[in-house]
Amino acid sequence: MYAFDYFRPSTLAEAAQLLASNPEAKLLAGGQTYIPTLKQRLAKPSALIDLAHIAELRGISEEAGGLTIGAMTRHAEVAASPVVKRVIPALAALAEEIGDPQVRNRGTLGGSIANNDPAADYPAAVLGLGATVRTSKGRAIAADDFFTGMFETALEPDEIITAVHFPKPEKAGYAKFPNPASRYAIVGVFVAKTAAGVRVAVTGAAPCVFRATAIEQALQSAWSEAAIDGVRIDPANLNSDIHASAEYRAHLITVMAKRALRAAG
Amino acid sequence: MAEKGIGARVLRKEDLRFISGRGHYTDDINLPGQAYAVFVRSPHAHARIKRIDKGPALASPGVLAVLDGQDVAADRLGNLVCGWLVKSKDGSPMKMGKHPLLAQEKVRYVGDRVAVVIAETYHQAKDAAEKLIVEYEELPAVVDLAKAHDAPALVHDEIPNNLCYDWELGDKAAVDAAFAKAHHITRAQFVNNRLVPNAIEPRAAIGHWDPGQDAYTLYMTSQNPHVHRLVISAFIGIAPEHKLRVVAPDVGGGFGSKIFIYGEECVVLWASKKIGGRPVKWTAERSESFITDAHGRDHVTTAELALDKEGNFLALRVNTKANLGAYMSTFSSCIPTYLYATLLAGQYKTPAIYCDVQAYYTNTVPVDAYRGAGRPEASFLLETLVDQAAIELGMDPADIRRKNFIPKDAFPYQTPVALVYDTGDYARVFEEALKIADYYGFPARRAESEKRGKLRGIGLSCYIEACGIAPSAVVGSLGAGVGLWESAKVRFTHTGKVQVLTGTHTHGQGHETTFAQLVADKLGVPFEDVEVIHGDTDKTPVGMGTYGSRSLAVGGEAIVKACEKIIAKGKKIAAHLLEASEGDIEFKDGKFTVKGTDKSKTIGEVVFAAYVPHNYPPGLEPGMEETAFFDPPNFTFPAGTYVCEVEVDPQTGKVDIVRFIAVDDFGNVVNPMIVEGQVHGGLVQGIGQALLEGARYDESGQLLTGSYMDYAMPRASDVPFFEVVTTQGTPAVANSLGVKGCGEAGAIGAPAAVINAIRNAIGVRVEMPATPERVWRAIQQSPMLKAAE
Amino acid sequence: MRISMTVNGKPVSGDVEPRTLLVEFLRNHLGLTGTHVGCDTSQCGCCVVHVDGESVKSCTMLAVQADGRSVTTIEGLAKDGELHPLQKAFHEHHGLQCGFCTPGMIMSAADLLNRNPDPSEQEVREWLEGNLCRCTGYHNIVKAILAAAQSMRAMARAAE
Repeated sequence: MYAFDYFRPSTLAEAAQLLASNPEAKLLAGGQTYIPTLKQRLAKPSALIDLAHIAELRGISEEAGGLTIGAMTRHAEVAASPVVKRVIPALAALAEEIGDPQVRNRGTLGGSIANNDPAADYPAAVLGLGATVRTSKGRAIAADDFFTGMFETALEPDEIITAVHFPKPEKAGYAKFPNPASRYAIVGVFVAKTAAGVRVAVTGAAPCVFRATAIEQALQSAWSEAAIDGVRIDPANLNSDIHASAEYRAHLITVMAKRALRAAG
Repeated sequence: MAEKGIGARVLRKEDLRFISGRGHYTDDINLPGQAYAVFVRSPHAHARIKRIDKGPALASPGVLAVLDGQDVAADRLGNLVCGWLVKSKDGSPMKMGKHPLLAQEKVRYVGDRVAVVIAETYHQAKDAAEKLIVEYEELPAVVDLAKAHDAPALVHDEIPNNLCYDWELGDKAAVDAAFAKAHHITRAQFVNNRLVPNAIEPRAAIGHWDPGQDAYTLYMTSQNPHVHRLVISAFIGIAPEHKLRVVAPDVGGGFGSKIFIYGEECVVLWASKKIGGRPVKWTAERSESFITDAHGRDHVTTAELALDKEGNFLALRVNTKANLGAYMSTFSSCIPTYLYATLLAGQYKTPAIYCDVQAYYTNTVPVDAYRGAGRPEASFLLETLVDQAAIELGMDPADIRRKNFIPKDAFPYQTPVALVYDTGDYARVFEEALKIADYYGFPARRAESEKRGKLRGIGLSCYIEACGIAPSAVVGSLGAGVGLWESAKVRFTHTGKVQVLTGTHTHGQGHETTFAQLVADKLGVPFEDVEVIHGDTDKTPVGMGTYGSRSLAVGGEAIVKACEKIIAKGKKIAAHLLEASEGDIEFKDGKFTVKGTDKSKTIGEVVFAAYVPHNYPPGLEPGMEETAFFDPPNFTFPAGTYVCEVEVDPQTGKVDIVRFIAVDDFGNVVNPMIVEGQVHGGLVQGIGQALLEGARYDESGQLLTGSYMDYAMPRASDVPFFEVVTTQGTPAVANSLGVKGCGEAGAIGAPAAVINAIRNAIGVRVEMPATPERVWRAIQQSPMLKAAE
Repeated sequence: MRISMTVNGKPVSGDVEPRTLLVEFLRNHLGLTGTHVGCDTSQCGCCVVHVDGESVKSCTMLAVQADGRSVTTIEGLAKDGELHPLQKAFHEHHGLQCGFCTPGMIMSAADLLNRNPDPSEQEVREWLEGNLCRCTGYHNIVKAILAAAQSMRAMARAAE
């Protein structure tokens, strides 16, 4: 690791102020991706602004029938939350599958989606449920607008995620085919039946989480595994690497979509 | 049997310190005034070093020294060497490329050591290492083993075709003749995937030169501290052997990777003197381990099996290309030759076998012994080839094996590939494994899996290995540069406690327990009174270390021999004390008794008399401490049958191991609990090779699987509980204990069982690692599954 | 930067650079070398300790992030000289060979048993996602954890 300064603000306002006045500084949430990045000297921030002591960034609450989850809420808290299990059980199940127990004890919702790793799980839930990302600048960014590319989001450099609001779906499910080494998703598919229609979000398969519109249309007409049978995913825009070819990923998307559907019930 | 003697499931002595966090691994040791080393490594697979500018690194805060290949040359330090001379078919010696401690002129793989930075703190050394300026002229890299012979580049400019040796074993004419009259020939090509050992403790070292005594101490992660001392002294020339102490404290796993003499440990020892005698510490980061610890396997093989109408094996013909990596590692030459081709008879009476092996340099990490070392490669190709032959002839894979096993009454058995198997009963072990596995009840289980949408397969693997390495004269005649005997010292104290000093090293194998059981059993002393000491060249007798499943079969036998000397001397003392003749003294259960009487002395009394010799046989030396060396007359030959059952998800290609049965003949067993644990670990490394692990390079020679993010290590959820039977073996004859060695068996036998089970499920043999995508693709092309549709 | 925390029940403090990892603080500043480092990508789990009772990878947490908190390492798991049931079970079931992964395994398993006193074999195996062992094939580790769970349940019943 390169040397850096360390700040520990206790309010959101203070954190925003520190970020604005230290353009080379980075926010530290759970650190489960960022600390390994620092250890390998792949980043050289001037300072880290630790968000762990800002109470207003934590917590899970019911809001408008759905859930609002603070950005610094850890995966383990979401996975174990009775409220999450009751309102959106698929979200608790997804959180339970992220990384390993120690990562879940430190990693946070806000950290995960701000990083927008192409193979992370949470972006699939945020996009699949049509969630809204709330920020320190008072913005409410729709999931469809939030994930803009590989490790890229709609956040401005001095903007901090405060919470994510998840509307309650009628049904939802997530299925992941993990990379045998990293256990990130080779393909993860989140399906949701919502008042506004079916949403299907895919992670792991492409440079950025995306909606599988062909599967959405198929499921819109019939909420059944059989409906997916006829869908062929074009591998052209999918990732190909030592772990899986684009063709295999395209195939896995339909398989995982069916399994997600089964999980959704 | 004593309660904690031979054959007892004794809990391990060494556990207490490890479960309470009080082990002492190398990185746990910190010496006063210690400085830190960070290595600057080549980012290129193959390049000429045009210029090194140490200036900015030297000026970096806290830096004590920056050393490179020119400094190594200036101090006339020797090269790293391979200690086993293999000769080509034409009698010419293998061609060993120069391997300096720090690169000179060229770098030959990504990770090759270019320079070392020594600084006050680790972070300072790391900061400064980034500032070292190295200018390279990139050269084309030799990466693909199959194309190494005709590659446009030479890894070592003086070695044509990148060919280190072209070696052969067996009677080629006899094999060709057998093939000419064969009823059927089964042919296959195999890739034996390159593996990264991944002992969970990364390598580490602290070098310390004491200017007052002009003596050196090297703490390091070693499986064989005396071998390290020997090579660092005799070949590298840093310190004379009597002025060098190598200490291997607790070591967190080895699997072969900590046998070898690498540059890093030598450099920190040398560097300590360069900075005036402050200790210098280096601990590998895991990403460094991936590109510096010697890798394993990496063969490309063509094999042919000739059979008659009834399925009898007539002859086996094998050609293998073996990847050596960029330099010859310490024992790299013998792995794809004498530890490989000699095992191609397997458990079968195949009358004629011929194998030739071309070993090539490539611009990749050096390749050497990794758990099993040569034997897994042989066993894998033979056992998958035999299965294929059975399928082609329409036979049950069990029946073709039964037909070809070396029968129980044929031992000692001379194979056509040099070895003489001492004992074995392959058919009995085989039938026991099939019975436990309910082999013939498999169709019902397959049907049950099918109902759940899964493809189920069952696979057999009958492995053999040669271990208990090794008879020195035999290996010497084959090119080994050292003897492979082992040593032990058994020392009593005044109070009757026992110290056992062994030349082997335990890094997970439980020697502190097993050897104490041996001594407790042989000398009739309480297990708790025996302490095993190892891993320090200043304490133990010269020993050759731990690898090749040799510690008990060779090192244990040395302990037995030392115990026998103790007893022999004890008899003299007891005879004197009991006023009897020496020939009338019997020793049993810790007591010296006059034959046919109740007159006796305990070993404690005899030992006390030896140290307080007030009433003592005239002319006999006082004291009770005996040393023995043991050079085995032969290898030992553990063998077994493994049965694997898999379920394949046809949608994703994912393979689940649902059952795994291992029945092994390890001869006699000292501690069944420890032996079973060794099998479990070996099995998972074998399953890892079959399903998960594989080092991959890109065309430019960058390692793509350079961390646990990309190199798939087996996890708890990847494997089931195993059914392991290790008892009732045929005792080995090469040692009085009748033990064979158990450390490598699992890794040797498991891969073929897994791959055969997958083939049984889907009808196609999938190359290792059988990743979900490979299996899924094979399913798409499987004639068997198409026919079933 | 000055930090203070409770480690194995005792208050400790030290001056560290912000870039100091918790594991470096434990090993190098406090001499608690039972917590190991086996990788640099936060996967092997050799460095697992408890922070405020929950298992974390101490190689993926800065020492400054543990400021003011309570840390338990393998050295602090035994109470009053009595080994923790997991430590006993790893010994009795041969759940360790080289011992390097063992402290992290035990600390991870302790967190599991705090949350789930009666895990199934599958739940144990899945919980160990973040702990690598190269020696044991996991067989006896899983057995040991299941056995420890059983003995802890029996102890809890006896205490009622």
